[in-house]
Amino acid sequence: MKRTAIMMVIAFCFFGSNAYAASDAFKDNIYNPGQLKPVDSVLKVKVGQKSPQFTLKAVSGKTISLKDYQGKKNIVISFVPAAWTPVCSDQWPGYNIISDIFESNNAVLLGITVDNIPTLFSWTNQMGKLWFEVLSDFWPHGAVAAKFGVLRKDGVAERALFVIDKKGIVRYIDVHNINQRPPLEDLVRELEKLK
Amino acid sequence: MNRKISVLITVILVLFMVSAISAAENSPPKVGSPMPAIELPMLNNPADLQYLGLPSGGKFFRVNQVKAKVVILQIYSMYCPYCQAEAPNVNRLYAAIENSPALKDKIKIIGIGAGNTQFEVVTYKKKYSVELPLVPDDDFKIHKVVGEVRTPYFIAVKLSDGGKTEVIYSRLGALGDIDFFLKQLVTSAGLK
Repeated sequence: MKRTAIMMVIAFCFFGSNAYAASDAFKDNIYNPGQLKPVDSVLKVKVGQKSPQFTLKAVSGKTISLKDYQGKKNIVISFVPAAWTPVCSDQWPGYNIISDIFESNNAVLLGITVDNIPTLFSWTNQMGKLWFEVLSDFWPHGAVAAKFGVLRKDGVAERALFVIDKKGIVRYIDVHNINQRPPLEDLVRELEKLK
Repeated sequence: MNRKISVLITVILVLFMVSAISAAENSPPKVGSPMPAIELPMLNNPADLQYLGLPSGGKFFRVNQVKAKVVILQIYSMYCPYCQAEAPNVNRLYAAIENSPALKDKIKIIGIGAGNTQFEVVTYKKKYSVELPLVPDDDFKIHKVVGEVRTPYFIAVKLSDGGKTEVIYSRLGALGDIDFFLKQLVTSAGLK
């Protein structure tokens, strides 16, 4: 127990600073939780299986259901842990400049966190106008993240990407180390496989 | 048991002090100081090599190897909204320099993608039609040396004979009016 506590202190001293979310767009508004356990949940879906269905409210005011896209679009779901935290704050702004890559692969992007709509509204406003829907999995808390098996023990979602094809089949899963941003090339490569 | 805990606490304190000293060393480059030594990944595009006057080959290059009087370093990220907004302004700066016979061979610009992979650098380059060379810093190695600055951050380095460097501009945020920025840079570098 003591050893664990001491290791945590060491981890905080050396890894507390985080170079992610260095954009001045967020100024000093980012809360840095330090280094976290890379993954803290157990997946409930597998590649090749049907995706769980869900309906969630979006910051745009729309109600989004996964089934609305089936037969029409490939879907990328980007779960991120929480608003106003380092890595999350500079993951979606990158996706925001590559709508052409999603379009050319006939895909839509759905961003999901367990934050409520007002928080997501304020946070995503700092990113500029987003072209994709941002959904709130706030209540029942983290229910959709739990369906996919990406709800961590502390109640936030994993940093996870799911690629679901037009038939609703899960084609790619990346439950990424929560402390790092997934390289864009990995996602693009998977999208291109759907062609 | 107590002895073990004392040893561990001592180790932590020493490591913490080393960490604090290292953090102090990595503050943003100060105007008037030499540019901290950074190793930039070698470019493989012939046009970029020609622009910077670098020979091909090798893994890395240093700022003082660039054939110029002044090198402007743009610390940015594809994931940074303010950097995205500033991209057209940096393109204007590049064009203003390249279209000026007096400045063309004297001032060069390099973009450093903090935390960006090569693929992400290329994505940003295509998105904003960036002509100046961009290099990846996917492991934040360079970003750390320049004090983990917020982005976009601009550093202008004056190069002198013997590989000497002097920081003449080091500031967070958009460059603002390009003509005014260039005028000030030319004065600071003594290019007139």
